[in-house]
Amino acid sequence: MRNRIIVLLAAIGAALLVWNLHTILLGLPDETRQDMIFRIIYFHVPGGMIGLTGFGVGLACSVVYLVKKDLWWDALAASITEVALAFALTNLVTGSIWGRQQWGVWWAWDARLTGMLICCVVFVGYLMLRRAVDEPNQRARLSAVVSIFGTVNAWFVYKAIDWFPRLQHPGPVLTFRTGGGRMDPVLEHPLYWNALALLCLAIVMVMIRIRQEDVSREIDLLRRTAHASLKGL
Amino acid sequence: MRAPHALEIEGVFKYYGDFAALRNIALRVDRGSTVALLGRNGAGKTTLLRIIAGLSKPSEGSVKILGSNVRDDAARRRIGVLGHGISLYEELSAHENLTIFARLYGLDQPGETASAWLERIGLGRVRDGLVREFSRGMRQRLAVARAFIHEPEVLLFDEPFTALDDRAIAVLQGLLADAHAKGRTIVMSTHQLKEALVLATDVALIRRGEIAYAGTRTQQMVDDTGWLYRTYEDD
Amino acid sequence: MKTTEAVAELEISRPVSAPAPSLIAQVWTIAGKDLRSEFRTKEALNASIAFSVVILVLFSFAFDPTSDQLQEFSGGLLWLVFSFAGTLVLNRSFSRETQNDCLDGLLASPMPASALFLGKSLANYVLLMMIEIVSLPVFGLFYNIRWARQLPMLAAVLLLGTWALTVIGTFFSALTVNLRIRELMLPMLVYPLMIPALMAAMTLTTVLLGGVPITASDMIWIKMLVAFDVVFTTLSVFLIDTVLLG
Repeated sequence: MRNRIIVLLAAIGAALLVWNLHTILLGLPDETRQDMIFRIIYFHVPGGMIGLTGFGVGLACSVVYLVKKDLWWDALAASITEVALAFALTNLVTGSIWGRQQWGVWWAWDARLTGMLICCVVFVGYLMLRRAVDEPNQRARLSAVVSIFGTVNAWFVYKAIDWFPRLQHPGPVLTFRTGGGRMDPVLEHPLYWNALALLCLAIVMVMIRIRQEDVSREIDLLRRTAHASLKGL
Repeated sequence: MRAPHALEIEGVFKYYGDFAALRNIALRVDRGSTVALLGRNGAGKTTLLRIIAGLSKPSEGSVKILGSNVRDDAARRRIGVLGHGISLYEELSAHENLTIFARLYGLDQPGETASAWLERIGLGRVRDGLVREFSRGMRQRLAVARAFIHEPEVLLFDEPFTALDDRAIAVLQGLLADAHAKGRTIVMSTHQLKEALVLATDVALIRRGEIAYAGTRTQQMVDDTGWLYRTYEDD
Repeated sequence: MKTTEAVAELEISRPVSAPAPSLIAQVWTIAGKDLRSEFRTKEALNASIAFSVVILVLFSFAFDPTSDQLQEFSGGLLWLVFSFAGTLVLNRSFSRETQNDCLDGLLASPMPASALFLGKSLANYVLLMMIEIVSLPVFGLFYNIRWARQLPMLAAVLLLGTWALTVIGTFFSALTVNLRIRELMLPMLVYPLMIPALMAAMTLTTVLLGGVPITASDMIWIKMLVAFDVVFTTLSVFLIDTVLLG
């Protein structure tokens, strides 16, 4: 059943992506001021959206783990955070490429990208911590706490970066943030379709990661059982 | 009114990942009894003892000390734990070490209590010596005093007789006899079957995370120390 | 098992009546213990102060130490020194408890983990402030900065910013206490989480070292430091139990 969902979602995601790429690369006109590089927004913005949402959902799963102490929630939290980190990194990379075109430098220390970078560094720490702890319950507990600290910290970073005298990244353009009028609907709609395509792929990746987590839990159980029976001899 | 048990363990499970290190442990210990917690390496003795001491939380089940939950203040002040480590600060003097723990337990006169204990364990003359300058035996005696400075009603030991020197064993045995005479409850996990079985009034044997036997210590166990293992560890 | 009702009846009224040790007394005991053993060897303190002087010297090669522009990033330099030297103290805070299994002894006592955390934070706070009190004049001397012109406000910023570093550092020292690669994990976790507090402290300190009073628009940073301190102290106090007892 789960396999079928994975295959189905992957197929939908891939089909959407191909169709979107066709629209974005061949269907859409160039933007007046940015020329063709503006197309990067179709990956940059959905990457950021999925990344940040993923960190948030990962935090929620971590909190559920702390309440319920069920390792499944920890596996979910870890899988989502890992995939979210990958999408957040695409946001950073595409942002950097766009910055190179528009501002002439790869990294301009603009506020939002810097905030995202700090977020990424915190969650890289989260994933490193997971590797450093062997006992699954301890790992789940400690990484849940790091996730809580990281997310609260991200909120402070977001505020602080806004006040810091730095280059400001283009403001929000999407209709649900601005109430409309900042972006032509012809250009805006493909962005949502691409967000959907990437979301499908993100969910597929999370599901595959969870399956890996299940297997590694089983291996851990077998290893401990073997270890215990060896000790008894 | 019937007084609560000294120790009441119900349905305790402890998981490491999905591996159950302890399975459905249930144990009631009456006041005044001395329990020898036996079992092979890796059977779960230390894990269980740490849970009883409140140093580790059970995944399921409950542990009550004299009727109150093990992490409650009331329970914590009434148990004393001596584990593998001595839990002493190297850079502090013997007296300072004991005073710190006397304070943490909220004793009335921490300084005086510490001094009295130092006399009792024969370290009165080196009360201001730093622990790092102490010999192994002195540290062990000090560790015993540290663990039981608050005169706990329930005394927990993890492998008390391993690697102790003569005087430390004497101090420990004196303390155990005294505690037993005062009707205190003692739980000790150990490999030293002979010593433990002589002292014990009750025995609990753990096999692969489960209680294989729990009951009164019989003369047969003392006479033939291998009997328990032969009978309950048949596989 | 055997019943010993007679003994049980005799024993029932024993020390439960003794008053519970107060949280504040326990916090003091822990702070006093940590400071006393640190002052006896001064290992961490001496190392951090020496390290902070080394960083201050190294900075002089990174840019022209006599330049006027130095003023513009003096606050940043100073807080880099504080946070790097301070973590030497902070990292050790809980790992020193693993020697002789001292942590078990503390956790077995009737002291909530939060009291242990607060006591250790208090001790670390005092040590960090001592490092800062030494390295601030050295900084002024090396780089020709008249740092005392806005002293009361600067002291306030130091107190607030240092508590932020202390809380994060002490908490993560507890979180990583049992890890194999503790020394590698700590900087990875601690520095990114300190960023908002450091940004605020650096901005304010730069203004104050220039001898200019803080303006209304800078007050937002003070507010953020206070909020950071309050939020992370609260979080730590609530979560320390989860971290230390599993």
